[in-house]
Amino acid sequence: MIPGVSIHEILVLSSILFFIGVYGFITRKNLISILISVELILNSTVINFVVINKYLFPDILEGMIYGIFIIAVAAAETALAVAIIINLYRKTSSVDIKETETMKY
Amino acid sequence: MERIIFYILAVIMIAFAIASVSSRKMLRSVIYLLFVLIGIAGLYFLFDYNFLAAIQLTVYAGGIIVLMIFSVLLVHHIEMELETARPLRRLISALLCLAGLGIFITSIYSYDFNVSLNATTTTTAQIGEKLLSYGAGGFILPFEVISVLLLSAMIGAIVVARGSHKEEKKITPNKTKPQKEIKEIESMKVEILEEEIPL
Repeated sequence: MIPGVSIHEILVLSSILFFIGVYGFITRKNLISILISVELILNSTVINFVVINKYLFPDILEGMIYGIFIIAVAAAETALAVAIIINLYRKTSSVDIKETETMKY
Repeated sequence: MERIIFYILAVIMIAFAIASVSSRKMLRSVIYLLFVLIGIAGLYFLFDYNFLAAIQLTVYAGGIIVLMIFSVLLVHHIEMELETARPLRRLISALLCLAGLGIFITSIYSYDFNVSLNATTTTTAQIGEKLLSYGAGGFILPFEVISVLLLSAMIGAIVVARGSHKEEKKITPNKTKPQKEIKEIESMKVEILEEEIPL
């Protein structure tokens, strides 16, 4: 645990990051910007897992290993999303969410 | 000392996160996201979780950011500015997010956590043993599932990004058709010219 910093402050920090990500997810109209917001949300959840592991149960490692798994899944998700965005850009020559109705044939 | 570092990191992370979701240039917002991710890695260093911080730096700052910059450069003109949502819509979503944040903060502060005071340091060997143990509480099955997931995501990304051959064949006749017409027109012109010469 960090000396002098309580668990509440770190949880508040991670929830602020989460809601900034939610705000970007709602207001942005671009696929890559939405991907950036999703990365913010995933990172704030990893902070939550790690903080609760470190402050409440420091002698076991479950939260940290879940953090590693979340990072691996986020990497796979980003690779697939970038592939889909590039493929969509070839068809519609834009990455706006208004154009994505052509994804469904 | 750690408290001051934590607050500096928190201010940097929140400022760059807001800049990242509100910047109108896409490449800049990716770079702001990079600063947020590096700040989170610094937070893991403060927790004394060195291995997780190293994973965060290599996978996120090294891999995902480079992938995003690639995609931005491939699909977007740098000097182009993004269109933003209408101000009313932005205001409504900001108010909704603030309301949700208020609920989160009240529920966090109303719950009393049983903070344990013994500080232990974890080594990388412990993490490896935990990931590869098949006893009680071991993580060997999720580890294998994650490896299969990464392999399938890699193959799927290649297949999706390559596109199908059928569409390329569909596109090519359209390209060749005008050329054929141009050739026919040119040959007709040549014939007309040749006919006109004797006159």
